[in-house]
Amino acid sequence: MTGEMVFPSEGIEKNVCPTTPDEMREWFAKNKTVRLVDKRMSVKDAVSKFVKDGDYLGLGCFGHIRVGMAPLYEIVRQGRRDLRVAGHTAVHDLDILLAGGCVSHVDVAYSFGHELRPIRTKVASRLIKAGKLKTTECSNASFSYRYKAAANGISFMPIRMTLGTDTFLHSPFKVVICPFTGKKYCAVPALYPDVAIIHVHKADMYGNCQIEGITVADWDLARAAKRLIISTEEIVDEKVIRKMPHLTTIPYYTVDAVCEVRYGSHPCEMPYRYWFDEPHIKEYLEAAQTEQGTEAYVKKYVLGTKDFSDYLHMVGGEKRMRELEDIEDLKKVAENPWAGAKGGD
Amino acid sequence: MSQEYTLTELMVVAAARELEDGKGILVGTGMPLAAALLAKRTHTPDLLLVFEAGAVGPIKMPRLPISVGETITCHRAVQASSMDDVMGAAARGMIEYGFLGGAQIDMYGNLNTTVIGDYNAPKARFPGSGGANDIGSLCRKTIVIMKHEKHRFVPKNDFITTPGYLDGPGGRERAGLPEGGPYKVVSTLGVMGFDPDSKRMRIDKTYPTSTIELIKESTGFELLLADKVTQVKPPTKKELTILRTKVDPLGHIAGLKSKK
Repeated sequence: MTGEMVFPSEGIEKNVCPTTPDEMREWFAKNKTVRLVDKRMSVKDAVSKFVKDGDYLGLGCFGHIRVGMAPLYEIVRQGRRDLRVAGHTAVHDLDILLAGGCVSHVDVAYSFGHELRPIRTKVASRLIKAGKLKTTECSNASFSYRYKAAANGISFMPIRMTLGTDTFLHSPFKVVICPFTGKKYCAVPALYPDVAIIHVHKADMYGNCQIEGITVADWDLARAAKRLIISTEEIVDEKVIRKMPHLTTIPYYTVDAVCEVRYGSHPCEMPYRYWFDEPHIKEYLEAAQTEQGTEAYVKKYVLGTKDFSDYLHMVGGEKRMRELEDIEDLKKVAENPWAGAKGGD
Repeated sequence: MSQEYTLTELMVVAAARELEDGKGILVGTGMPLAAALLAKRTHTPDLLLVFEAGAVGPIKMPRLPISVGETITCHRAVQASSMDDVMGAAARGMIEYGFLGGAQIDMYGNLNTTVIGDYNAPKARFPGSGGANDIGSLCRKTIVIMKHEKHRFVPKNDFITTPGYLDGPGGRERAGLPEGGPYKVVSTLGVMGFDPDSKRMRIDKTYPTSTIELIKESTGFELLLADKVTQVKPPTKKELTILRTKVDPLGHIAGLKSKK
């Protein structure tokens, strides 16, 4: 078998975001402003203004860590369709959109799983089987570098990953040769999502954001996105930001909407604030085993609630949130409802 | 097997013992992290733990995380960073080890975590690469933890998600990947290594409960043998106590699956 494999020089997928850096310079100059404008608005208004059918979505942080669940539920409520999602460790965030029938394409790095939890969602498998969901492949870090290219105003980045694999074959990537060393690289094209949704700890009314804990690819995603919706645990005075500018990850001129949503990552974790609501995630994953169960979940918790505070009330309100805060703070032992759980594979 | 320890515990201990001190390691949740934390509390105090989501250098986590991005991965860490930063460290050659898992593996250590069957009409769809391709591309030595069954140790993967040695000696170089590749496979039946010349998988160690014959029977391709196949010694009392009371006090790895 040695020396038998022919390594393709390009993947079979089309680059769906072939914009040139010069076109993007024009776009950003025309559609973003460096003026300090009050961007506070409701989640409902942000979604109706900035998320359109067919859009490419980039989701912040890590799939079930610091995710903007309120805008995601709202996308389901407003019935967006045919979205394409960057599966850059997409976990519960993507699954809710899939369950809501909003997504037709996923570019998969990590998708359709809930990491260590023993029950596997079956939503995507059902959609793929029915021909309603198309996928392409890549690795987690290749998304980071695609956003980094876009954030830096260039059309690709050379990376050393994915070469020689089927992950590369099912991507839009190409092999390039370094003009200095002659080394082979995988070129990943810049990715400018139509909309990014990022949940943060603190933002001011203009959109300056400060994040606690890991940032994953948010630095670059915020700058790469055409439109950026920020949901934030709290809106703080501009002075709070200006006092500690070294803590700012996302500057205001990248931001289009600022929505204040306390506990906005529930049922997912918010670093240093509250832990996963594991019993609730289990309830979702059990529901996600069947089409009827999935529909019933979406109907009850998403379509059946008018906004995120209505939803929070349904899942236990302040009292429950305090418990999750205590677990995150290590004052209370983490809940483990999974013992003996069965499902998926 | 005497029921003084479980198979999972034996595998965690076997994986931990493969690690050398003073190296960097990219870890996933579950058994890989348990192995790294056990090693850190026994023979490798200077092992640098990094997570693909951005945690760098945590020590003594009070419990095992569910996600490689959970806050607890940053417990008493030196930095809460980003994915490109961590992968950049691996690309620069700073990260010796990477832990991986898989649904299928072939004799060159290539891994499949994407689909079983045809890509466009899969029999089973898995979460894909995640950080696995990045880890398999960039780390110097990857350690795979997986179930040892004939339909998992296959002559040809349905999909190569993560590179091992690709098609053998020189494969990685031809594709453009940095040097590195699979180092060990800690399976449910023993510890496999890779022949330095042919890059083919070989049996290094059996478990007290397994034999060379059983491992061969449970493998869908021809396995080579190390010059001297040894047996993994059972976990010591000290290893088990640390594992049960310090590393995984809530018994998570008993109830949860391993990833990466």
